[in-house]
Amino acid sequence: MNVDSNSYTFGFATIMVVIVAALLSYAAIGLKPYQDTNIELEKQQNILSSVGINVERELAEEAYSKYIKEELVLNYKGEEVDGIAFEIDLNKELKKDQFNQLLPLFTSNINGEKQYIIPLRGKGLWGPIWGFIALEEDLNTVYGAVFDHKAETPGLGAEINQSFFQEPFIGKAIFEGDNLTSISVVKGGAPDGDNHAVDGISGGTITSDGVTDMLLERLNMYLPYISKVKTEIEKEKLMADIDSVITLNDPLIQKKYE
Amino acid sequence: MSKDSFFSKKNRKLLSDPLDDNNPITVQVLGICSALAITVQLKPAVVMALSVLVVLSVANMVVSLMRNMIPSRIRIIVFLVVIAALVILVDQVLKAFVYDVSKELSVFVGLIITNCIICGRLEAFAMANPPGKAFLDGLGNSFGYGIILIIVAFFRELLGAGTLYGYPVLEKLGLYDLGYENNGMMILPPMALVTVGVLIWWQRSRNEKLIENN
Repeated sequence: MNVDSNSYTFGFATIMVVIVAALLSYAAIGLKPYQDTNIELEKQQNILSSVGINVERELAEEAYSKYIKEELVLNYKGEEVDGIAFEIDLNKELKKDQFNQLLPLFTSNINGEKQYIIPLRGKGLWGPIWGFIALEEDLNTVYGAVFDHKAETPGLGAEINQSFFQEPFIGKAIFEGDNLTSISVVKGGAPDGDNHAVDGISGGTITSDGVTDMLLERLNMYLPYISKVKTEIEKEKLMADIDSVITLNDPLIQKKYE
Repeated sequence: MSKDSFFSKKNRKLLSDPLDDNNPITVQVLGICSALAITVQLKPAVVMALSVLVVLSVANMVVSLMRNMIPSRIRIIVFLVVIAALVILVDQVLKAFVYDVSKELSVFVGLIITNCIICGRLEAFAMANPPGKAFLDGLGNSFGYGIILIIVAFFRELLGAGTLYGYPVLEKLGLYDLGYENNGMMILPPMALVTVGVLIWWQRSRNEKLIENN
């Protein structure tokens, strides 16, 4: 047989491509369930580690149901809408215009305190970066943050998933007065005492800037919800103050009329 | 072939040659890009070496089995299809069963396809030799590639970040208290090239066969 004839070449190419395609689709479909479980467990792990709980992948599901109390879906006005927050694909949401995006939000309860966990997603140097930032009950102080990436340069931008980069976020504030300042990742190191900045990574400036942009963009989307919750907290505080004033005054009032 | 035992002198040479005399990186200067990109830390370098080992030895064997059927005009395309299929397979299996490792390698698994060592071995060896030998040749060359990767990554991680395989060696030794500081330049790509260059220099000064007469 003439291996170099045109018809043989075409035949060979066709058969080879069909065999390879069948093999790969078979492998992809067969392995998909395992891969999906891994991705889901990792997301639970990430959400948990944003509030400082680090567990093995196998135990993630149990810990998740223990600590995570609410899964909310919000619209751009900060109103709750129907949906499953855990299954929202931020990648798809980010492609919509901001009035149609669905915003997932998780709340957790650790040592009797409530945390709000906001999922993040943005652009790094080579591909997407994402993460979760947890805010304390005052919706200003950062309780914890975790970042991850698809394809940042190992040893440089990829270091955003390391604790030395994430820990400085703890205790920083995202508001200055009523203005959202977010938190910036600063090349060459954050100035001393700056409550809205953390140190960048040498050699990973574009990834660091990506983190800054991602935080600002995402937190901005949650502003309506944040101000709503804040007003509610203030209202409750006011009511509590009034209550306490009345109870304080009670004996006085009684004395006067005795 | 039938008279050759599997570990005859010739076959052993297939394994040992690429380690020194005919090393794919330092002598043939192939696969340099990946050697620069993933040698910042030891762990990705090790995993990359293992993935190349699997892809290269299996691709070598598959192509060698088909060597009499492949039309010569499209042989490079056939190589690429074989390599790409294997790489995707490796990537999928890693994602399903060792998820952390696959995250560690991220984009570089895909880049195995473009590793010129693989295409080079398929063209130069697998097309002309039986599967058993081709398999050994694949093993030998990926060892030769892997060993350079690991040596370079060892120095870059140790001097650049002060850790080895993520373990803070220098911190435990207390060097920082003596005023030592990490050399940030080691983690940048140019220093990989310099490190490979130093390796080549050292290898040639030791191995006279490699010195060119002119």
